Amino acid sequence: MRKSGGGRMWILRFGRYIRGAPSGGASYWGGLSPGRRFTQAAAGGSDGRQDAAGDPRRRGRVYQNPTWQHVEQRPLPEKKVTVEVFDHLERLALVDFRNWEGVQRLEKAIQFADQLHAVNTEGVEPMDSVLEDRCLYLREDNITEGNCSEELLRNARETVEEYFIAPPGNIPLPKLEERDTFLQVSE
Amino acid sequence: MAASILRRSLLTPRCRAGDVAALHSGPSRRRAQAPGPIASGRRAANSPAGERGVAPWVAVVGLEIHAQISSNSKLFSGSQVQFAAPPNSLVSFFDASLPGTLPALNRRCVEAAVMTGLALNCSINKKSLFDRKHYFYADLPAGYQITQQRLPVAVNGSLSYSLCVGRKKNQMVTRTVRIKQIQLEQDSGKSLHDDIRSQTLIDLNRAGVGLMEVVMEPEMSSGEEAAAAVRELQLILQTLGSSQAIMAEGQLRVDANVSVHHPGEAYGVRTEVKNINSARFLARAIDYEIQRQIKELENGGTVMNETRAFDFKLGCTIPMRDKEGKQDYRFMPEPNLPPLILYDTKSLPANTNHQQVVNIDWIRERLPDLPSVRRVKLVEQYGILPEHSFTLLNEDGLMEFFESVVRQTQMNPKKVIGWILNDMLGYLKQHNLKVKESPVSSLFLADLLNLLERGTISSSAAKQVMEIKKGNQKVLNKLIGLVQRTTRGRVDPVLVKQILEKRLSQ
Repeated sequence: MRKSGGGRMWILRFGRYIRGAPSGGASYWGGLSPGRRFTQAAAGGSDGRQDAAGDPRRRGRVYQNPTWQHVEQRPLPEKKVTVEVFDHLERLALVDFRNWEGVQRLEKAIQFADQLHAVNTEGVEPMDSVLEDRCLYLREDNITEGNCSEELLRNARETVEEYFIAPPGNIPLPKLEERDTFLQVSE
Repeated sequence: MAASILRRSLLTPRCRAGDVAALHSGPSRRRAQAPGPIASGRRAANSPAGERGVAPWVAVVGLEIHAQISSNSKLFSGSQVQFAAPPNSLVSFFDASLPGTLPALNRRCVEAAVMTGLALNCSINKKSLFDRKHYFYADLPAGYQITQQRLPVAVNGSLSYSLCVGRKKNQMVTRTVRIKQIQLEQDSGKSLHDDIRSQTLIDLNRAGVGLMEVVMEPEMSSGEEAAAAVRELQLILQTLGSSQAIMAEGQLRVDANVSVHHPGEAYGVRTEVKNINSARFLARAIDYEIQRQIKELENGGTVMNETRAFDFKLGCTIPMRDKEGKQDYRFMPEPNLPPLILYDTKSLPANTNHQQVVNIDWIRERLPDLPSVRRVKLVEQYGILPEHSFTLLNEDGLMEFFESVVRQTQMNPKKVIGWILNDMLGYLKQHNLKVKESPVSSLFLADLLNLLERGTISSSAAKQVMEIKKGNQKVLNKLIGLVQRTTRGRVDPVLVKQILEKRLSQ
């Protein structure tokens, strides 16, 4: 957890707030040397997790004494992302990479995430939500909301008789060859 | 002809027979079709062998049905579910996808999905997960739809339906189609296209309403079978009360995946047919699409993997402009919703809040009699034919009418059914009336049939009375004429008419 206040960076580590030196490109991992990879073992993790959901004392608790395991750092293969993939991403997510700097930022982000491959996850069930041990709250089938069309329509630039206005259908992005984009420069 | 077979592009990979698990291909929504067993009973649809020396064609039809859950509020928010309402009046902040809003699952929707799963013989997954399916469209304000792609609520069920086969359509056969899965998902809003001003009007009243998506295996081979299966599903949903399943109001939407191939060869390219508004149009749309694909392939063309809309006025399918080729939905787990855990009496933990728990066994005990069970009961109780019980349940309210008449008359139910099906139903159909709107009440019919039983009146006389009751003026005049003759003209005809009408309206 990072709280920024008055130009200083406060980094929560090991359950205590520590003042970290402000540095321009400081990463989340604070003062740790970039060469050291670490994993946090499932540190006797049952306490605090098995409690009933919503126990206010336990919610938001960080382990006081985490255990760290040093993992051998293997150089990860650098995967090159192809122009087709960038075109596909631009089309799907409607982002504009704009220039090579944007492309490089994406590649760096992929490399950063690839660090996860250094972890041995054999026999570990994949977690797709930190809420997995929470109970899904079931709401009763009562009408509690609605009737605020005026408020909602106020957000829209154009409305017609209480309807939102949108362009007529999806306009697909033109094909790579027909677009004016820096991606056209073949690598 | 061999050339056309060679040119047919195989976009759907081959599956080993019975290898159903291979169906689930990652992010792509286009699922590969599994070869169902080509039963010997399944005759080649549409193109008889020997015509122009072409091998017979077999069609493969798979259905994806979206049924709107009958609940007071929406799936993840507390806004009301109602068909016709002022635009954007039933929309909460979550439905409009305003930042900072979170989904809260509706318990009634979960129960409806479990009921439907149990009624369709599915195995209910005690743990199911929610995912996000991303695509851009103006009626989807969030840019994604919350659905259950990885692990749905119910899987591996079956639906049995009956249809009339044979040249005279008088032989009833029962077929079964397997249900791949039933999942909970959100509905999108409604978009009204204004081509004149080149804009779309968006109404979010429907956005966020709970839907049950029922995915069937591609085991049907004609529009008729598909229509019969959908009709049976509609009856089941209405009996359970989990959905009112009125196709005209959009509460039941069917998308059909259609492809054709020669028996023994690999499956052909499939197209998806959308925008079907009634069961009748469903059969026509599928049959048209099958014919179109056969004609296309026989003329040496290829079938493209596309989405087509059914135009009911022209009776044909046309390619949909708005659907871009192959969609990548970028499925991701819904981060705001933990897994949905369902319990049965064995696994129910002690001291749990009754409201927070959905008990599968509790729901199973309270399932009403399904249509198939009710048909069997009707046959056993009244001795009528299975075809008759089928028709009785098919028409809304007809079974209740029949039972009410039987209760009030001494006539044998087997004879009553004849009157109901031949005289009553034929008339209602001709004048497009529902049973509720019938001019003949069950009491009246029972009285009439009693008179017939006692021999007070003849069969033809009873038929004439029915005609008059239905409003046939000619017969009424004939009766007046009869009265005149008997009284040798000494009676005021207007008075006679008044008395007769009064007696008949009782």
